[in-house]
Order: sequence, then structure tokens, then C-alpha cells
Amino acid sequence: MYKYDHYDQQMVDTRVAEFRDQAKRRLEGKLTEEQFKPLRLMNGLYLQLHAYMLRVAMPYGTLDARQMRALADIAERYDRGYGHFTTRQNIQYNWIKLEECADLLADLAKVEMHAIQTSGNCIRNISADHFAGAAADEVTDPRPYAELLRHWSSFHPEFSALPRKFKIAVIASDRDRAAMRLHDIGIQIVERDGALGAAFHVGGGMGRTPMIAPCIRDFVPLDQFVTYAEACLRVYNRYGRRDNKYKARIKILVHELGAEEYTRQVEEEFAHLLTLGIEPPAAELERIAAQFLEQLPESAELALDDTDPDFALWVSRNTQPHKQRGYISAVVSLKPVGGIPGDASAEQMRLMADLAERHGTGELRVTHTQNIVIPHVRQAELHALWTALEAAGLGAANIDTVEDIIACPGLDYCSLANARSIPVAQKISERFAASGKTAALGELKLKISGCINACGHHHAGHIGILGVDRKGVENYQLLLGGSEAEDVSLGKITGPGFDEAGIVDAVETAADVYLRERSDGERFLDTYRRIGMEPFKEALYG
Amino acid sequence: MSLLRFRTDEPADHPGITVDAFLEQSNSDAVRVEPGDDARALIPHLGRLRLIEVNFPVFGDGRGYSSARILREAGYEGELRAVGDVLVDQLAFLRRCGFDAFDPDQPLDPADAETALARWEEIYQPAADGRTPIWAKRHGAAA
Repeated sequence: MYKYDHYDQQMVDTRVAEFRDQAKRRLEGKLTEEQFKPLRLMNGLYLQLHAYMLRVAMPYGTLDARQMRALADIAERYDRGYGHFTTRQNIQYNWIKLEECADLLADLAKVEMHAIQTSGNCIRNISADHFAGAAADEVTDPRPYAELLRHWSSFHPEFSALPRKFKIAVIASDRDRAAMRLHDIGIQIVERDGALGAAFHVGGGMGRTPMIAPCIRDFVPLDQFVTYAEACLRVYNRYGRRDNKYKARIKILVHELGAEEYTRQVEEEFAHLLTLGIEPPAAELERIAAQFLEQLPESAELALDDTDPDFALWVSRNTQPHKQRGYISAVVSLKPVGGIPGDASAEQMRLMADLAERHGTGELRVTHTQNIVIPHVRQAELHALWTALEAAGLGAANIDTVEDIIACPGLDYCSLANARSIPVAQKISERFAASGKTAALGELKLKISGCINACGHHHAGHIGILGVDRKGVENYQLLLGGSEAEDVSLGKITGPGFDEAGIVDAVETAADVYLRERSDGERFLDTYRRIGMEPFKEALYG
Repeated sequence: MSLLRFRTDEPADHPGITVDAFLEQSNSDAVRVEPGDDARALIPHLGRLRLIEVNFPVFGDGRGYSSARILREAGYEGELRAVGDVLVDQLAFLRRCGFDAFDPDQPLDPADAETALARWEEIYQPAADGRTPIWAKRHGAAA
């Protein structure tokens, strides 16, 4: 994976010094909270219900064992012994003191990590396919392109006060495991006539006005794609709405102008920017890409041991085919039944780091579904890996099932939330685990947000839940039919909402409609798309 | 400290007029760009301008950054002055976008301003200040 050179290290060290100075001026009263807010937000520091929350960047979700151990140390030194992995492929700490924050950032910088631009109205941490570099179906590893964009977007002087936050995702296969078209810019690296290029999708997003990004250019040559991104951003910075923060994301601009007119303006700006020579040279992309090339030794291909049904189930649900013979990628579920989705203790982080070193290459990934991937596992060692995970309570065999729930922190932590998300997720996973229906339901992606900002991706769930406040009481709306994958779609609300107990029943009712109506091989989503909303409404409200 | 300036020529002795007024008639050599103005409208007239003020009514409105770069990219060499709600922590970014003078509503602490402008020795991307980005240094450009 990518290693900092002295330039990269100097940039993060400088940012630590700058933040230390800003925090000092705030504590001395030289900066008002209003003035300090955008500065701390540019560094991932939010003031939440109980304390400061710090979001640490994990570029494209990739980290190594040493970094994972550093995150564990930070959890113990500055937090309460755990961290929360998020849908942005990041980690958040919920109990941070402002006085200690610069020291925490200095600890991160020692292991080539930072919290730069993990919040604020700027270009955020760039996400990618969590199986990048390992997936059998990719045309290339998308991460070098994401890393090049990371450099370009870090401290970009023109785009530090955008109308609103800006999220970019990069993938390189037709399977979309990064919700690419639900980003402000979604880039798919594609192959055409033997050459690679970037397909740009602009203006997607979730939040209170969900939109699927249209493709505005299906092939930007890779020696121009940073310049193209700059053109997309400049048009947005100049013309994105600033009169209403709820209409300020680029999706609204693209929608109001129309994709065609937005594209025309981008192309005009692009033609101008091409004359300025702002694109890094091919040699820079090659320098970065070389660091992602994984030279894996030969490994024996193995017929997996199916005599142990628990292991066989875990293999069938929690692994992904690898591009190299004899290897496989394993997903560690952070969704134990009744647990808090995405939470991991310091001990669990250290164990995952140890196992990644023992059975893989030491690399780990954070998924946008709040789980951890250990890529490059030698197939012969998969059973040993699973055994160790099981012993530590990390062996839940439930990836992409109804128990693998995405949930935002909700009203338990977040100052924006209207309703709690975590207890609802806990009750649903307990309900389905107890009823034994999880297996019968197969792939069923359930996503919960505690407010309309949609951090829990409820629009993109096969089943989505949105927590709202109704006259001071938590109320939960049910959505059906969303998807964040290559068959992207937005869920629709079934009808009136439910209370906390009622929403758990409602999810089970919807699941039962599927079990009753499905044809062979259909997933929940397929059945919903075939039969439509009516049978579900009938069962829920009839 | 009110006016912070990185030029050796004499500053204009009068404030800029609005873009609309400038385009309608004027032979003025100073203009003031608001966030909603299209900086490109000034491009045909850059040769006779010696001061362009770019106003930041609130520091969080970043349109002025793009206006500044566009003017420098079009070859403007006169004074480009950031005015309004200009705070010390924006100075480095503003400088990179081509501003060479600052006249904030709230005076800057000179020591803080100097620290902020000196902080970033390296930069990741080219902008309007002519500095050499890291990628160019990595691949052989002279610093």
C-alpha cells in the first residue's frame, strides 16, 4: 500500500502544528466558536451531544496492521477503549477533549494518518471499493487514482469553502461496492480499446434529497482526470447554491441546471484548465501505483473444508473471490447479534491487526457497510483465521444479511439526530437471529438513519428505516426497494411510520411478504421490484 | 494592522466601484467583485485595471477564491485585494489563489498573520501563485 515520502509526512506534520495553534487560540479566546468551527471541522472535529467527536481519515478504507494498532492505542489513551467504524470508511472517536486533540493528531501522524478534511465544506476523504487490489472482477486497482485525488484535494486553496461538503468515490469494476453513484462525484475506471479512462458521474447523494448521479463523461483520459475533477469543482464552487444549506450540495446544482448544461459548463472550464498544466505527470501516477502492487507468493488452491457447517456458512457469506489463485478476501463482521454496528474495542482492533499479519499481508480495509476486510488471505489458512475470529466474538457469519445492518450513531451520540438508530438495529438483529429467518432471507441489506441527513444510507437499503421526531416522540418510517450497488435505486416510503417496537415488527412483516411471494433465486430486492409496493402495504397496514 | 500588502507599487487611492457600474461606463481603474459577480466579465478590461477588490461578506463563502484564480489565469497583474470577513486562517489559501493584498474588516494580529503565511512550505497542487507542487519536485523540477 501507499507509503508517505518526506513530503507527505511534512504535510501532515504541518497540519498538526497548525491545528495545535488554532486550538490554542480558541482556548485563549482569540477565536470565537463561530470562527473556530470551520477550522476544527476541516479537521474532523465535531461538537456532539456529550463531547467532541473526532473522525479520522482512512483513505479509500485501506490501513495496515501498524495503523490499526495505533487506532487501538488512541481508543485507550483518548477515548473509552473503543472506536466506531463509519459508512465513510473512517473511524470516529466519541469522547475527545479539545485540549488533547493536537496530541492525538500527532500520534496519528506518526503512523502516516490524519483527520484532514474529514468534515467541513471541502473535499472529504475519498472512498473506494473495499476489495480494491484483491477483487477478481476489477480492471485495475482503483486506489492509485484515489490517492492521486487525495493529494490534489488536500489543502486545495480554491475549494476550501465550498457551498457544502463534497464526497468522491472511485471504483474499477462493474460491480459497485462503494455506492459510487450516490456520491457528489463517482468515478469508475473503465477500459476501452486497451486503454484505461475515468467515467465521471456527478451529482449523486443521499441526505434529505436523494439523487442518483448521471454520467456526464464516459471516458476521461487518465492523464487529464485530475484536471476534469478540478473543472467539476470550479463550476460547483462558483454556482452551487449558498442561500440554503439544504440545497447546497452539487446534486441540486446538477438537477436545477440539468445534467446537460452542467456538463457543458464543466467542459468549457476543462478546456480552459487544460491549458494551465495542472495535471500531475504520468510518472506520479506510476510512482503511486507501484506502491499498491502486491507481490503475493504462490499459494495452494484449496477445496475448502465443508465438514464444519459453521465454517462453511461463514465462508459462503463472509469471503470474496481473489484475483490471484490460492487467495481469498475475508470480511470480519462488526455486527454481532445485538451489538452496536461498526463498534470495535481496542482489543478487537489489535486482534484483527494480528490476524491480518498472520494470515494475510498485514493489510486491512474498512467497508462502507461498517465491517473490516482482511484481503489477501492464504486459502489454506482461512480455517485458522475463522477459528481465531470465532474465539474473539468476531465470527458472525452474516455479511449482506438482514443482521448486517448499517446504522448511524443516532440520538445516542449525534446532535443532529431525531431518533435512536442503534437500539433499533440491535432489536432487529436479535429478532431475526432468534426466529432463524436470517438464512432464508439471504441477501437483504437493511440500513437505518436517525435523521433525514441519511448517514445510515436508508435511501439505499433494500429495507431502509428513517427515524424522525413526531411531536416529541421517536417515529420510524419504513422504505423499500433501495440499492447502493450497480443496480442503484432509491427506496420508497411505505406509508405512516411506526414506534420503536412497531418498526421491528414491520421489518419482519415485510420480510415475510418476501418469503411468501418470492420466486426461485430472487433476492428481497428482486421480489419487491417485480411485485411492487402494494402487497407490502397490504400486509403492513391492511 | 489594516492593509497587508505584498506589492511594491503605490496602492490605488480610491476604492473599487461595482462590476455593473464598471462595465456600464467607467474609465475607473478599480473595481470591486462581489461573490455573485462573474469575474470573467472583467477579462476584456484587465489591462486598464490596477486594483480589483474581491469581497468576502462572510468567510465561509468561497466564491471569491475562484474569482481570484480566474483573474490571475486570464493574465491580470494588478493588485488583487481580499476585503471583508477575511480571517487569519484563510490567508494562506487566499495567497495561493492569487491575492496579493488583504484589507480585512477586523484587523489581523501581525504575528499570527506572519505565522499563517509562512506555515506551508510545500503544496500539493498548482494554483495561481506560481509555486512548484510536490509532484513536480518528486519528478525532477527545480524547487
